[in-house]
Amino acid sequence: MATSETSNIKRLQVRRFKPEENPKSTYLTEETGIWAWMTTVDHKKIGLMYLASILFFFFVGGTLALLLRTELLTPAQSFITADTYNQIFTLHGAIMVFFFLVPSVPAALGNFVLPLQLGCKDVAFPRVNLLSYYIYVIGAVFTLIAIFTGGVDTGWTFYTPYSATTGGNVMMMTLGVFILGFSSILTGVNFIVTIHRLRSPGQTWNKISLFLWSLYATSIIQILATPVLAITLLLLTMERALHIGIFDPALGGDPVLYQHFFWFYSHPAVYIMIVPGFGIVSEIISTFSRKHIFGYWAIALSSLAIAFIGFLVWGHHMFTAGQSSLANMVFSFLTFLVGIPTGIKIFNWVATMYKGSIDMKTPMLYIMAFLFLFMIGGFTGIMLGSLAVDIHLHDTYYVVAHFHYVMMGGMVMAFLGGLHYWWPKMFGKMYNEFWARIACVVIFIGFNLTFLPQFVMGSMGMPRRYFNYLEQFQGYHQASTYGSYILGIGFLIIAAYLLHSLLRGKKAPPNPWGSRAMEWQTSSPPSLHNYEHTPVVINGPYDYHKPMSEFQLGIEGSHNGHGEHQHTETKTVEADK
Amino acid sequence: MAQTSANVKKGDHVQHHFVDSDQQFESAKMGMWIFLVTEILFFGGLFLAYIVFRSWYPELYLMASDHLDTFWGAVNTVVLIGSSLTVAMAIRSAQLNQQKGLIINLAITIALACIFMVIKYFEYTHKFDLGIYPGAYYAYDGIAHDKANIFFSIYYMMTGLHGIHVLIGIGLMIWLIVRARKGHFHSEYYTPVEITGLYWHLVDIIWIFLFPLLYLID
Amino acid sequence: MNRLSDFMLPPANSTFAAETDALFNFINVVSLILLIGITVTMIYFAIKYRRKSEDDTTPLITHNSKLEITWSVIPLILVMIVFGWGYNGYLTKTNAPDNAYEIRAIAKSWLWEFHYQTGHVSVNELHVPANRPVKMIISSDDVLHSFYIPEFRVKMDAVPNRYTSVWFEAIEPGEAILYCAEYCGSAHSNMLADVVIHSQEDFETWLETGDAIDDDLSPVELGEQLVQRQGCLACHSTDGSTLQGPTFQGIFGRDRLLTDGSTVTVDENYIRQSIIEPNTQVAEGFAPIMPTYAGSLNDRQIDAIIEYLKTLD
Repeated sequence: MATSETSNIKRLQVRRFKPEENPKSTYLTEETGIWAWMTTVDHKKIGLMYLASILFFFFVGGTLALLLRTELLTPAQSFITADTYNQIFTLHGAIMVFFFLVPSVPAALGNFVLPLQLGCKDVAFPRVNLLSYYIYVIGAVFTLIAIFTGGVDTGWTFYTPYSATTGGNVMMMTLGVFILGFSSILTGVNFIVTIHRLRSPGQTWNKISLFLWSLYATSIIQILATPVLAITLLLLTMERALHIGIFDPALGGDPVLYQHFFWFYSHPAVYIMIVPGFGIVSEIISTFSRKHIFGYWAIALSSLAIAFIGFLVWGHHMFTAGQSSLANMVFSFLTFLVGIPTGIKIFNWVATMYKGSIDMKTPMLYIMAFLFLFMIGGFTGIMLGSLAVDIHLHDTYYVVAHFHYVMMGGMVMAFLGGLHYWWPKMFGKMYNEFWARIACVVIFIGFNLTFLPQFVMGSMGMPRRYFNYLEQFQGYHQASTYGSYILGIGFLIIAAYLLHSLLRGKKAPPNPWGSRAMEWQTSSPPSLHNYEHTPVVINGPYDYHKPMSEFQLGIEGSHNGHGEHQHTETKTVEADK
Repeated sequence: MAQTSANVKKGDHVQHHFVDSDQQFESAKMGMWIFLVTEILFFGGLFLAYIVFRSWYPELYLMASDHLDTFWGAVNTVVLIGSSLTVAMAIRSAQLNQQKGLIINLAITIALACIFMVIKYFEYTHKFDLGIYPGAYYAYDGIAHDKANIFFSIYYMMTGLHGIHVLIGIGLMIWLIVRARKGHFHSEYYTPVEITGLYWHLVDIIWIFLFPLLYLID
Repeated sequence: MNRLSDFMLPPANSTFAAETDALFNFINVVSLILLIGITVTMIYFAIKYRRKSEDDTTPLITHNSKLEITWSVIPLILVMIVFGWGYNGYLTKTNAPDNAYEIRAIAKSWLWEFHYQTGHVSVNELHVPANRPVKMIISSDDVLHSFYIPEFRVKMDAVPNRYTSVWFEAIEPGEAILYCAEYCGSAHSNMLADVVIHSQEDFETWLETGDAIDDDLSPVELGEQLVQRQGCLACHSTDGSTLQGPTFQGIFGRDRLLTDGSTVTVDENYIRQSIIEPNTQVAEGFAPIMPTYAGSLNDRQIDAIIEYLKTLD
C-alpha cells in the first residue's frame, strides 16, 4: 500500500498549459439547440440564461421607472391615475429587488465565474443549479400573472395591514417572491458546498479570489435570511387566503411584527445585493492596476463581518414605527458598526491603486464610478442611521436617493463593470471600447442628475411614494426626470454595442486584460468542461509579481478527468494537500 | 491492490465533475446540512411568532392548549421517533449492502409517517367540527379569550407546515424504494438514502419541539 | 454651513430642530471632506500611475497593519460621535415635558382628525400654540399612516390598535404642512393637513370660539369651506373627474346605483347618511373606504355641506 502511493507521487507531473488562442470546441459550440440549452446542467449556460432573464427584468423595471418619472414631471396628474402609479412603483421595486438585484451577480455572473475560478468542471450540484433557474422562472411567471390579473399596489415591502386588505392580486405576487426565495437558497447552498469541496489542487483558502469570498459571504446571508422571508410571505399569503390574523390588527394581530419579520430578511438582503459587487470591485481594481490587492484578508473578512453584523440591524427601518427607545438605540449603534467594514474596503481598494499600473478601460471606469457613488450612498447611510436625523428623513425622497445610490450607484455599476470585464470570457468577443466608455460617462451623469436632487427634496420634506406633490418641489422633480432619460439613453447605448459585439465583435484573446486570476487561464470562451487539464494552483490570484507561466499549471496527462489515469493521480494530490 | 478494487467499484454513480465518490458523498452531505439550516430558519419564523404572542398573552396559551389532545400528540411523537429509528436502520442496511433490509426499513418508515398523518387528520377534523378554524373563521366559544383565533392560526401554520414536510418525506422515501428495487444503492453509494435520512431526522426534531410547545403547556 | 442647511432643509420651527440641523450639517461636512479627499486621491492615482507600457511592473505591497488600524479607528470614532449625538437628539424628541398640551390625532384613509382637550374636533387642520409643548397621541383607524411635519423635524407612524406619541414646541406663529409619510393607498399623496401655529392667546381664542368664526358665513359658503377643510376633496372632485369617490358635480338629485344593486336618489337624507355612516350605501364602482364623520361634524355643518352640494351643477 505504502509503496504504491509513493510510486503514484512520482508519476504526478505538473506542467504549463497555455490557454488555446483559437479553441475549436467551446461551451457555446457544444450541445447547441434550444432543447440542449433548456436542459443543460452546464454552469456557464445556466449563468447566461440567468443573465438574459435578469436583463429582461432590468429592462421592464427600468421602463416602469421612466413611466414614474414622467408622471412626476408635473405636480398633479398628467397621464396615469394614482392607482396605476401605485402599482407601477410597487412593481418597479419588487422587480428590481427580487428579480434583478438579488440574482444579478450571484446567479448570473457568479454562476459563470465561480467554477472557473475554482478550476472545477461545474458547481457541486449542477442539476440543482438548473432547478433553481426554473424555480426563478416559475416565480417570475407568478409575478407576471399578478401584474396582469389586478396588479399589486402595496409597495415592494408589502406592509400589513394595507397588503392584507387592498384589492388586486397580492397573493400571486407574494407567492411568486416566495417561490423565488427557494431559487436563491439553492444557489446559496450550491456555492457554499462548491467553494468548500471543489477547489483545485493547491488552492487553499488564502488563494481563492475575493470575488469567491464575497460570493461565499453572500451565500451565507442567502441561506440564513431567505427562509425567514419565505415564512413571512407565506404567513402574509395565508393572511389573505385564510385571514389567519397574525399580522392584521383587525383580527387581533400586530402589523409591526410583520415589519420585524420582513426587515429581518430584507435588510440582510441589501447585503445580498451589494456584497457580490464588492467582490467584482476587488477583481477589477487588482487586474487593471496590475497589482496585488491591498489587504486581502481585510477585504475578505470584512465581507464576512458585514454578512454577520448585517443580521443585527434590521430595526433601523423602524425608527419611527413606535419601537422602544432602547431598541432604537441598539439598532442605531449596530448600524454604525456595519459601516466600518464597508469603509475599510473602500480604503483598501484605493490603496491598491497606489503605485499600480492603471489602465482606465471600461470595467475600471465603472469601478471608479462605483467608488464615488457608493461612497455617497454610504455617507448618506450614516446620516440615516443617526436617530435624530432619521426621524426627519425617514420615508422621504432622501431614503429613495440613498437606496438608489447604494443599489444602482453601487451594485448596478459593479454589475456593469463585471459584465464588461467577463464579457470577452463569456462570448469570446470584444466590445467597442470607445462606445463603452461613452455609455459609462452618460450613465454616470444621468444617474447623478436623477438622484442628487432627490437628496435635496427629501431633506426639504418630500415624502416618498407620492403621486401628487406640492409645487415647491417641481424643479427638483423635473431635473430628476430629465436625468432619468439620460440614464435610459446610456443603457440603450450599452444594449446597442453589446449586441453589435455579439454579432460582429472582434475575437477576444484568452486573457485580454493580462489578469492573473484563474478564469483567464483557459480559452475564451472556455471549453465545455472549463479546462482541458486539472489545474494546479501555487499562487494567489493577485500575485502580479510572479510570472504568468506559474498561473497556467496543470497535471500532465490528466485531461481534466477525461483521461485514463486520472482517478489515482488526482487522489494522490488530494492526499498531498 | 486496494486501489484497483476501489476503481472497479467506483461505478457509474460518480458524476463527471467530481474527482471521486468520497468527494461527491461529502458534498451531498454538506449541501443537505446547509439546506437543513435553512429549514430550521424557515420554521424559526413561526417559532418567533409563537414566542412573541406567548409573551404578550401567556394566559391564552394555557387556556388554548387544553383543547389540544395530549394523548394523541404523545402517540404521534412516539410514532415519529420510531420512524427516525427505522430510517437510521435503512441507512445501515444500505451501508451493509442489505438490499432487502433497506426496502423493508424504508417501507416501515413510510407506514409510520402515514400513521402520523392519519392521527393528524383526525385531530384536525375534530377541531373543525367544534368550529376551531384559524383566524377570521374561528367560530368556537369554549375559550374565554378574544385572541384564541391567533393561537389556532399559529397552531395550524406550525403543524400544517410540518405536515407538508412529512408528506414530502413520504414522497422521497417512495422514490428511494423504487431506486432501491432497481439496485441503485450499495455500500459504495447510498448518498440519497443518507441525505433523505438527515431530512427525516429534522422533520422528527421539529415535531419534538412542536409537541411540548403546543400540547404540554401547564 | 448655514447656506447648506438653508438650501437643503425646510425652515426650522421647533425647539429641537436646531440640534437636528446641526447634526445634519456636521455629517454633511465631514462626509464632503472625506468624499472629496478620497475622490481626489483616486483620480490622482489614476493619472499618476496610469499604465505607460504593457511591460509595467508593480511593487508587491500586500498589506500594512498600521494603515488598516488607522482607517478603521478614525471612522469608528467619527461614527461613534454621530451615534451619541443622534441618540441624544432622539431622546429629546421622545421625552415629552409633563406640562405638554395633549392633542389626539386619528389617521384615517385619507384624512387627519384632531381632537382637542376642549372636545373640539378639526379635520385636516391642526391648530397648535407656539412656545408651549404639544404632545400628539396618534393612532390609526385602518392601515399604517405616518405623522410628519418637516418644519418641526418630527415623524411618528400611526398604527391601528396602538397609540404612539410625538411632541414638539413651535417657536413662532405661522403655518406649516403635515404630510402622511407612510404609504397608505390611492390618495396617500393627498393626505396632507395644514398646521396653524397660533400665538398662545390666539390659540385660546380659537379653542373657545372655534366654529363660531363660521357663524358669519352663509350656509353655502360654510359648506364650501368645510368640504375643503374636512378633506372631502381628497377623494371627491367638484369638476366631474372621478377620484376614489364619486364626483360632487351635479350630485344632488341624481339617481345613483348602489353596490347592492338598488338605486337611490341623492337627497338630503342620503347625503347625511353617507357622512355619518358612509359604508352602508356605497355607490356602484367604488370601494367602501370612506371614514365616518360622526362626532366630528355637527348638524349645522352637515346642513351647510348639503346646501353647498346643491349648488354644484
